[in-house]
Amino acid sequence: MFDVLVIGGGHAGCEAAAAAARRNARVGLLTFREDDLGQMSCNPSIGGVGKGHLVRELDVFDGLMARAADHAAIHRRMLNRSKGPAVHGPRVQADRRVYCRAIRQLIAYDQVSVVVGEAVRLALTGGEVRGVHLADGRLLRCRALVIATGTFLNASIFIGDTSMPAGRRGEAAAIALGAQVREIGLGQGRLKTGTPPRLDGRTIDWSRVEEQPSDPDAWAMSALPPSARNPQLRCGITRTTARTHNLIRGAFDRSPLFAGAIEGRGPRYCPSIEDKVRRFGDRDGHQIFLEPEGLRDALIYPAGISTSLPEDVQLAFVQSIPGLERAVIARPGYAVEYEFVDPRKLRQTLEVIDIPNLFLAGQINGTTGYEEAAAQGLVAGLNAAASALALPPVLFDRRSSYVGVMIDDLVLQGVTEPYRMMTARAEYRLSLRADNATSRLGEAALTANCISLKRRRHIEQHLVFRSNPGFADTEEARADRLYAPYIERQQREWSVIAQDREVGLRADLDFSAVPGLSTEMQERLGAVRPETLDQAARIAGITPAALSALYLAAVRKAA
Amino acid sequence: MIEHDTIYAHSSGRPPAAIAVIRVSGPLAHRAATLVAGSLPEPRAAALRTLRDRGGVELDRALLLRFDGPASATGEDLIEFHCHGGRAVVAAVLRALGETDGLREARPGEFTRQALENGRIDLTEAEGLADLLEAETESQRRAALATAAGGLKEQVDRWQGELVELSAMAEAAIDYVGDEEETATDERCLFNCAQRLARELRAWLDQPRAERLKEGVRVVLAGPPNAGKSSLLNALAGDERAIVTELAGTTRDVIEVPLALNGMPLLLVDTAGLREAGDGVEQIGIRLAEQQISMADLLLWLGEPADVPAHPSPLIVHAQADRPERRVAPLGSLAVSAVTGAGLEELRSQLLVRAAALLPQEGQVALNQRQAAALEQVVQALNTASPGDVVLTADALRVARQALERLSGSAGIEEVLDALFGRFCLGK
Repeated sequence: MFDVLVIGGGHAGCEAAAAAARRNARVGLLTFREDDLGQMSCNPSIGGVGKGHLVRELDVFDGLMARAADHAAIHRRMLNRSKGPAVHGPRVQADRRVYCRAIRQLIAYDQVSVVVGEAVRLALTGGEVRGVHLADGRLLRCRALVIATGTFLNASIFIGDTSMPAGRRGEAAAIALGAQVREIGLGQGRLKTGTPPRLDGRTIDWSRVEEQPSDPDAWAMSALPPSARNPQLRCGITRTTARTHNLIRGAFDRSPLFAGAIEGRGPRYCPSIEDKVRRFGDRDGHQIFLEPEGLRDALIYPAGISTSLPEDVQLAFVQSIPGLERAVIARPGYAVEYEFVDPRKLRQTLEVIDIPNLFLAGQINGTTGYEEAAAQGLVAGLNAAASALALPPVLFDRRSSYVGVMIDDLVLQGVTEPYRMMTARAEYRLSLRADNATSRLGEAALTANCISLKRRRHIEQHLVFRSNPGFADTEEARADRLYAPYIERQQREWSVIAQDREVGLRADLDFSAVPGLSTEMQERLGAVRPETLDQAARIAGITPAALSALYLAAVRKAA
Repeated sequence: MIEHDTIYAHSSGRPPAAIAVIRVSGPLAHRAATLVAGSLPEPRAAALRTLRDRGGVELDRALLLRFDGPASATGEDLIEFHCHGGRAVVAAVLRALGETDGLREARPGEFTRQALENGRIDLTEAEGLADLLEAETESQRRAALATAAGGLKEQVDRWQGELVELSAMAEAAIDYVGDEEETATDERCLFNCAQRLARELRAWLDQPRAERLKEGVRVVLAGPPNAGKSSLLNALAGDERAIVTELAGTTRDVIEVPLALNGMPLLLVDTAGLREAGDGVEQIGIRLAEQQISMADLLLWLGEPADVPAHPSPLIVHAQADRPERRVAPLGSLAVSAVTGAGLEELRSQLLVRAAALLPQEGQVALNQRQAAALEQVVQALNTASPGDVVLTADALRVARQALERLSGSAGIEEVLDALFGRFCLGK
């Protein structure tokens, strides 16, 4: 019997398992293959603008991602360095194998038991989760279950006109589990994502490619100092040409995206190259970043040309790009379409509202990206442990963390396209910086009781240091001063919103009976069931008129 | 469905008048009307009925209109009694309704509140309606109608659209760095756009406000003692005496007379007697007069042209022009006699021209104080945009968007409603 069982060994699953274990739960981690733990299935980089903020926040709670990224970093870039410190985005390229190894070590250190097998069916009794049936007939029992199956749920892979059921290239998909998720009313629809062809770096003419060196200064993702530092590699930058675009345009009829084979919606902000050519066809070229996958790995990840065109087209258009004229494709790019769950069916703890002890984390909730998945893993893991061991829940507020922004967005607004963290989503962006995560969340991490002694000491020291005169000379203090007047303005805004927070909407409030709410507003509100007026105000598409109607109804009911 | 109380009130002008309208709205409206009037006409029809109290005593013969909710102005069952407008009749009918079980007198603005709660109107419409009900002159009514018909909403939507556009540009510059150069933003250009929008809003703020329509253009008469201010005020107000009342509760030293001149709302302010008091009091009087002059939209100066106080719009009046010693008016002044009426027409027409420039044009959307305050916040937010820091510009745009949302009623709802309903007078 496990206290917490986690299905899926990706970024969400590993963080969930480790976080639950750090709260002293007995944790099992169920995966198709042990080698899959911590796989970076898409680009070999961790962090970025908004995403880097998530990684730093995760780190305060002793999450794995920042430490593993530092351990595996082979190229560093602080994005947005020319802009204000609030939006500096730390990003590293990580050696894929070293990263996986680091994750496996950290998981083992946190005493998570890894179980290899395929989950085929949830064991539900009396509406509660009791465990999971495996394909080999075993039943794993648990008090709380976290499903973190990523893109594997009922997934299909597309390359040109061929498609196959698979979670990742060469890996099985969770078909049976997907069917049950739909059966119990959780499935919402399908989303799609894609990946570019991997190139053999030895066949690239690096002399024809612009060089992008790693940052000279040795900043780190984690607040805890890294044990070792790898040699830093450069990345390369090249661009597509008019000939590339012609080749791609000529093959539109062979694209599963355009031929209608893929119905799922992909992220607008991370389009495939065929999408870019179709939408911005008049441009003379699109940038491509050539990112090394590892120190002892010849593979290169060409960021910017994600595609699901047929293999022969992929090769032709790759070879029309300067520096890649003789490049060999080691693995073709592909699109993957997968089932996702409507996250509005979840609580702020990521527990399914209608099924106690069942938690969902990661891409299954409609997000995209390692960092988004990992951060949800933390939330689900901490709270699954809380549920199993009767500990207090750990909730994240959108005023004090990007994790809170993401969870709040997901459970209130749901998703219509893959959700990616962006700083624009955080209205309190000026105070949510990558450099002050410990100051913002340190207290919460201490209270949650999910951190090592080493971390505890670091947080306590930092919080004390903030009141020392020496703190004034740090970058964090300088940024505090820079934004102080604006943050004051935000605090005034917050106090106004706090009034709306006080206006509670009763759980039995019948939205269809509130006068003045259109059918569309009734549906939007009914799908989310906001608990306060302030939550209702954040639901996408809720109009001012609907809010005043809701307010009037709430006040009247209360009177 | 929200269960409302059944409320009643006298909903037209103060009696005595030709007709008095009494409204009853709520689930018990039809039952109450049946008790008072006997039987009801078809929905949306009128019928003549004899109104009686519980003892069967005849109160009035009145026209009764029936509306069935939700297809009524308030969204509830609604009855209108059009009674004879004598004070006694109105009081008697109201008393009879008050004796009916389950009915209570409406609080100020409550009919409109029912309409809002029942989704019959939205907040900006409700606000336009509040202005409309308070409007006393023709031009006031037209400005209020422009707001009620959504003129302001259209404008706010356009600004909102522009702000969203600019925000999108700023966010692209922040969140898409390093991914794609496609979204590269010219931060300087973004800053300029924000400034241009701020200037446009500023121009709107500089336009005449809706309050001037309601309170009237403030015309202050000032000058030395015995210059003929009071006589001139009386002469100006004379023709319109029927609707002029001296406001109770004004200070002993300042008399305010509201006046509709060709449908143009004016508030004549007389600083009469200010300098006639003794030493100490005179000092206070001078201060009061100066205060009045600084608040004046238009200044009628009845003293020497050389002594005219600093004011953007002074009109120099040579009063008492009928007196022999004052036959020659100084250059640039307007000779007027309250006794003979000479020059009064010219003065009226000059007042009209100048007042018109201070009032919203007919059909033009005029901002009220709450709306102007929200726009002011938008402008202030936009002014914190920074040419060198796109993050601060993005935050400025975000705050500006929120401030603008306050205009359409989405943020700080309670505050908006309080301000709104506080302005209704009973029964509307």
